[in-house]
Amino acid sequence: MSAEIAPRPVRTVPCFTSGVFALLAVVAVGGIFAAWRLISGLSAVTNLSDQYPWGLWIAVDVATGVALAAGGFTTGALAYVFGGERYRAVVRSALLTAMLGYTFVAVGLLVDLGRPYAIWHPMIYWQGNSVLFEVGICVMSYLAVLYLEFLPIVVERYKDGVALPRPFTALGRPIHSALTLTGRVMDRALPFLILAGVVLSCLHQSSLGTLMLIAPTKMHALWFTPISPLLFLMSAIAVGYPMVIVESMIASRSLKLEPEMDVLGPLARFIPVFLGLYLAMKVGDMSIRGTWRHLVGGSPVAPWFAAEMIGGVATPLFMLLFRRVRRSPPLLFAAALMVVLGVALNRLNVFLVAYSPPFAAKAYFPSPGEIAVTAALISTLVLAYRFTVMNFPVIAGRSRAS
Amino acid sequence: MNISRRRFLTVAAAAGGSIVAAPSRALSGARPPAREYGCLVDLALCDGCRKCELACNQANALPPPDRPFDDLSVVERPRRPTDRALTIVNKVAVAGREKPVYVKVQCMHCNDPACVSACIVGALTKEPNGAVVYDKSRCLGCRYCMVACPFQVPAYEYRDPLTPRVTKCNFCFERVSKEGGVPACAKMCPKEAIEFGPRADVLSLARERISNPGTRHRKHGPHVPAIYGEHEVGGTAWMYISPVPFAQLGFLALPAEAPPRLTEAIQHGIFNGFIFPAAAYSLLGLVMYMFRDRSDRKENGGGKGSGSR
Ligand code: SF4
Ligand code: SF4
Ligand code: SF4
Repeated sequence: MSAEIAPRPVRTVPCFTSGVFALLAVVAVGGIFAAWRLISGLSAVTNLSDQYPWGLWIAVDVATGVALAAGGFTTGALAYVFGGERYRAVVRSALLTAMLGYTFVAVGLLVDLGRPYAIWHPMIYWQGNSVLFEVGICVMSYLAVLYLEFLPIVVERYKDGVALPRPFTALGRPIHSALTLTGRVMDRALPFLILAGVVLSCLHQSSLGTLMLIAPTKMHALWFTPISPLLFLMSAIAVGYPMVIVESMIASRSLKLEPEMDVLGPLARFIPVFLGLYLAMKVGDMSIRGTWRHLVGGSPVAPWFAAEMIGGVATPLFMLLFRRVRRSPPLLFAAALMVVLGVALNRLNVFLVAYSPPFAAKAYFPSPGEIAVTAALISTLVLAYRFTVMNFPVIAGRSRAS
Repeated sequence: MNISRRRFLTVAAAAGGSIVAAPSRALSGARPPAREYGCLVDLALCDGCRKCELACNQANALPPPDRPFDDLSVVERPRRPTDRALTIVNKVAVAGREKPVYVKVQCMHCNDPACVSACIVGALTKEPNGAVVYDKSRCLGCRYCMVACPFQVPAYEYRDPLTPRVTKCNFCFERVSKEGGVPACAKMCPKEAIEFGPRADVLSLARERISNPGTRHRKHGPHVPAIYGEHEVGGTAWMYISPVPFAQLGFLALPAEAPPRLTEAIQHGIFNGFIFPAAAYSLLGLVMYMFRDRSDRKENGGGKGSGSR
């Protein structure tokens, strides 16, 4: 099996390519807007208002970011809890995606919060009735868990000695023994961390779905349901493997490696199961509460709902039932991407489209500054991923025979 | 602390009430020790003079208004409270009625406030005297309280890059905390359109005016038999009576259940005593242990260590 190939830093491509420069340009533009926001306030850069206190940054950077980082815990659970050793080949890249994803959730929040320097306040001012408090505490803890889970990879990278520049050479030995010790401790602690990661993820993924239930009168009935937390959890679980597939296939392509089809194909078998459960919950809820009525009669939000459910759930669910789709790289990629975009659209729908304040002067649409900052965050994430896999043993890929 | 104490008192008061079942009890002044205040806005009396806006501006040392308070043309365009005006008065023309109705808008000081339940750090609190107040030193500016408020009241100082605040009427908390204190707007109103007092008394007053309008009220026509705020989202400290059905004045039709009842039920259902998270952790641990046995055996058989770790 190809998993026999141990992960190692990818050295098949040069550090700087035209793609990297393009991403750096996006980062620079967004960085300027972010700096401007910190200097001149939210009103200078965003279209946020008293009617629409949450915009693109919360919907995409935070809500979608958390959902798409779910691959970390679902893959970890499969590979280490439910005995799917063969999937360990993609565990590290899924873990890296989650770690970077959550890091950028935090960075995105820093730009969005009115008082970013107070972001740590939930640690001392506990408010157990607040759904957001629970989300905040779980995300903080999970971020710590993710960094700890990544530690062994750092240890592995440097276990054969650290080459320090001249005046620090003497520190090499103590650092080496510290790393070895860390490695041993982490080997023992890893199972507990993985379990903690799974539980923390389930808690905050579902709580994200509870967030908007505090505003029943502002939410459109198509997305307002008391089982929203369950739907959020289920869709996060469902999007985990598609995200791993998308990320892994893009990475293989850009790093000139063979796509890991012998792992990704089997992984894709689980997706229809989860998507099916999600679809069943959604349809069941809608028929019990009769909310499907809002789909007929030309409601302006109905197309958003249809796009999310047909394009993001039903179609890929159907496609992935076929072995032929799961074995063909382009078709597998397309189906997985549809699930990813579908869940992203769902989060966008819940946090933006479904939200209609009663006294709104004009509808919210993200400003160029908001879009630029979000684009910069995503680009930085991609660059950080690239940098990490080129310097740490994350991917166990064979280089593509060209 | 405040909240659990208040809940206790409410429960105790409700229990006491159901045993005695005498409405006279509330009027006789035998109230729970923590008095929850309320305000009654009588829309039949308000004539849109904006004096309450002026009073509020002074009491809270707010920046000068865009248009001076004696410029009454401002009320023509519908407004909302902002970070520079915690209360505003809107003029509402009613079809088939000669005089328009003027509607004062401010925080309703809900009995079971969604903003308080939502706030991630407890920067918003429901005080025992009924006021919902804000502590800027805790706030991190997430604006979830604004998402939560069913009346769409809190505003935000989006222009301030460093120390923006959530702004809303605070029921003149400092003033009413003093003996004999009255909210600035209620005190200033030349038409006595805003009555302040213990919520229970204010509620009786509203019922009284509806069922038995005095001469002063009669010339504006009788009130519709409804008290806005008595039951909306669990009841609010500020309540309104009106000569015109509330729906025609742009008042929101809101359910009687307070929004936090759903979210807190879900939240506490999951976290009650950490039973669910602990059970999930243990169960997953068990599964992991079972599979670990299997994979160890397999790995030993294959003569290979835990390779990819
Ligand atoms: S109670 Fe005080 S803060 Fe509230 S509207 Fe009246 S004057 Fe303004
Ligand atoms: S009206 Fe809005 S801001 Fe005021 S107490 Fe109620 S929920 Fe809070
Ligand atoms: S903006 Fe401030 S007051 Fe409002 S919920 Fe967030 S922390 Fe609480």
